[in-house]
Amino acid sequence: MLDVLTARFRQGHRTSKYPGEPPSLPERYAGLPRVDGSRCAEGCLTCAEVCPTGAIDLGGGKPGLDLGKCLFCRECEEACPEGAIRFTRDYRLAARERQDLLLREEGLKLARALDGKARRLFGRSLKLRQVSAGGCNACEADINVLTTVVFDLARFGIQIVASPRHADGLIVTGPVTENMRLALQKTYDATPAPKIVIAVGACAISGGLYAGHPEVHGGAGNLLPVDLYVPGCPPHPYTILDGLLRMLDRLGTGA
Amino acid sequence: MSRAGFLQLKSGEAAPRAQIPEWPAEDFHRRASAALQDGLRIAAYFTDSGPENAFPALLLVLADDAEGKLYAAGSRVGGDSFPSLTPLCPQAHLFEREIFEQTGLRPAGHPWLKPVRFPSLGAPRPETAQAAYYRVEGEEVHEVAVGPVHAGVIEPGHFRFQCHGEAVFHLEIGLGYQHRGVERALAGGEAKKRIHYIETLAGDTSVGHATAHCQAVEALAGCAVPPRAETVRGIALELERLANHAGDLGALAGDVGFLPTASYCGRLRGDFLNMTAFLCGNRFGRGLVCPGGVKLDLTEAMIPELAARLDGAMRDLAGAVELMWASSSAMGRLEETGRISREVCGELGMVGPAARASGVPLDVRRDHPTGVFRRVKVPVSLGQAGDVHARAWVRWLECQRSSDLIRNLLRELPAGPVRSPLGDLAPGAFAVSLVEGWRGEICHCVSADGEGRLSRYKVVDPSFHNWVGLAMALRGQQISDFPLCNKSFNLSYCGHDL
Repeated sequence: MLDVLTARFRQGHRTSKYPGEPPSLPERYAGLPRVDGSRCAEGCLTCAEVCPTGAIDLGGGKPGLDLGKCLFCRECEEACPEGAIRFTRDYRLAARERQDLLLREEGLKLARALDGKARRLFGRSLKLRQVSAGGCNACEADINVLTTVVFDLARFGIQIVASPRHADGLIVTGPVTENMRLALQKTYDATPAPKIVIAVGACAISGGLYAGHPEVHGGAGNLLPVDLYVPGCPPHPYTILDGLLRMLDRLGTGA
Repeated sequence: MSRAGFLQLKSGEAAPRAQIPEWPAEDFHRRASAALQDGLRIAAYFTDSGPENAFPALLLVLADDAEGKLYAAGSRVGGDSFPSLTPLCPQAHLFEREIFEQTGLRPAGHPWLKPVRFPSLGAPRPETAQAAYYRVEGEEVHEVAVGPVHAGVIEPGHFRFQCHGEAVFHLEIGLGYQHRGVERALAGGEAKKRIHYIETLAGDTSVGHATAHCQAVEALAGCAVPPRAETVRGIALELERLANHAGDLGALAGDVGFLPTASYCGRLRGDFLNMTAFLCGNRFGRGLVCPGGVKLDLTEAMIPELAARLDGAMRDLAGAVELMWASSSAMGRLEETGRISREVCGELGMVGPAARASGVPLDVRRDHPTGVFRRVKVPVSLGQAGDVHARAWVRWLECQRSSDLIRNLLRELPAGPVRSPLGDLAPGAFAVSLVEGWRGEICHCVSADGEGRLSRYKVVDPSFHNWVGLAMALRGQQISDFPLCNKSFNLSYCGHDL
């Protein structure tokens, strides 16, 4: 028993101060990209050509970047001779609407809070069931991490539960494989209404790298109504946490 | 000699595809059986129609771990069936089921031929009878079905238990839910997607798979990787092992309700992931390993910082894990649970920590060294009992050895560039690349066509070898021990379902 107490003392207190203080992220972390079309050379397609998922379109000659497809691989940043696309270290990426993830020069429209009734229902106690539908286990792992002492999801009243019947909604990862389609639908149907759906990672938002494969369905949105999109491949745990808290209006004003 | 006639290769070496011998079916069966009975192990067994894409051909890659060599041979399949190796050699059973599913070729004499992944294209979906689960009949026998959606945050799979009371007679594991068509897309698909497919084959093994892939294409292109890049790859690979092993030790503690270790290790896993993110910005090591070397270098200032972080995390990990070893109630749950003998491991061709926990001295880093492992030696971490405790113990030994290795590599980081140009792939060449990922042996077999494009890409994730091991470990156990046994293997679903 004494050893357990000594270990407890040595391991210390590890819960992060977030959201009171901003999280510390690695120097090389690729967060929100910034797009500056004024730097683009006439007729240059380099960024769109190197993008593995077709996240970049050059409508009107200016680059637009779909965060829902972006793998944050930085290929475009490396390829662009003019520095028109640069990745910042901003981890805040989640949006409520699919089209809000289409990033142009004006920047990102971050997720707004749920409306009054939904916030009253879910704001203080939100139970979620996770469904991996073709995820590679990176999104799943970084969702799991939210329940560790560092992020301590439970202190916000959010919990990941075992059964959809205990849940207020689903967190979906993966592009939704044909072989998981029915299981995902059944899990959704078993969740009592009103319910929310959160798509985590490029695969779950758009199919990501797997979009267009006949074995997958191109993300959760093609089958279920999605309430929150969390971009990334995989998203940093703070990106997921920020999205959840933003949706529940738990970050305070101006965060 | 049983190896006569096979094409001899080493991991990370290429040869002209045409040099792989092609034997008539009977001949192939006889020679392959002899080599397997002589102690060789199946690293990969698949179909590759060859550069001309003309006919279905079986391709078998055997590993001789004592010699550090690989042996490849093929067989043209004349009709719609070929003699099965499975009755003689159980480790062939899943490979042959996969061949059947992907091509319709029937391994004649296979005892349990059913599809593996239920692909939605190509081969027609199997009739229900073919996909039926094994069933034990009897008044006091009952069946428990779990999944594909499980209670935890975990990938999908379906588990069928045939039980008598609490005791499990048989567990059948049904996978395929994560099938995304990756292997198909890797051959002939867009080159710019390739490394990203590879990094998501099994997302928790991004560095392991990326290293295996890069070694294979570098062999095909004849590209020499700078020593500094090999060292950075080695550091990233060992950090990946540390993160996953630390996480698994915590998860095992959690499954027996020993919460101090569970919560400390949960946090420590994150610390190791953050060290990888310190290297490359991504917690899973994405965007670090690339064909020709690595994309990012370690700066001089980063080396002491990484070493200090590693020391701190290892000190905490030792404290957390030793608590569990000292708890007799936790040990009581781990010991003698989910035992699997060395013989069964050998018959099933198991790899990685699960095999080493049963006393199988196989570690690709020692037996088939590539990259930095040709210069540094890692002791093989062995257990004996083959139970959950041994699988946990081997992970702890490996954590200590990985951290020692990283410290040495940081001290002796070679100077120079970290990337060489890849160049074109040799037309009609074939390469095999093995890497000891944290789950065990990762095998990538790659063929290039006449124009130097990838024509066949075969990935064998360590999980593919080990899933049946989990089923065997459950025999005679209490069904309530399943989560613990499952966690002690911690196999990949998507890595299997490619």
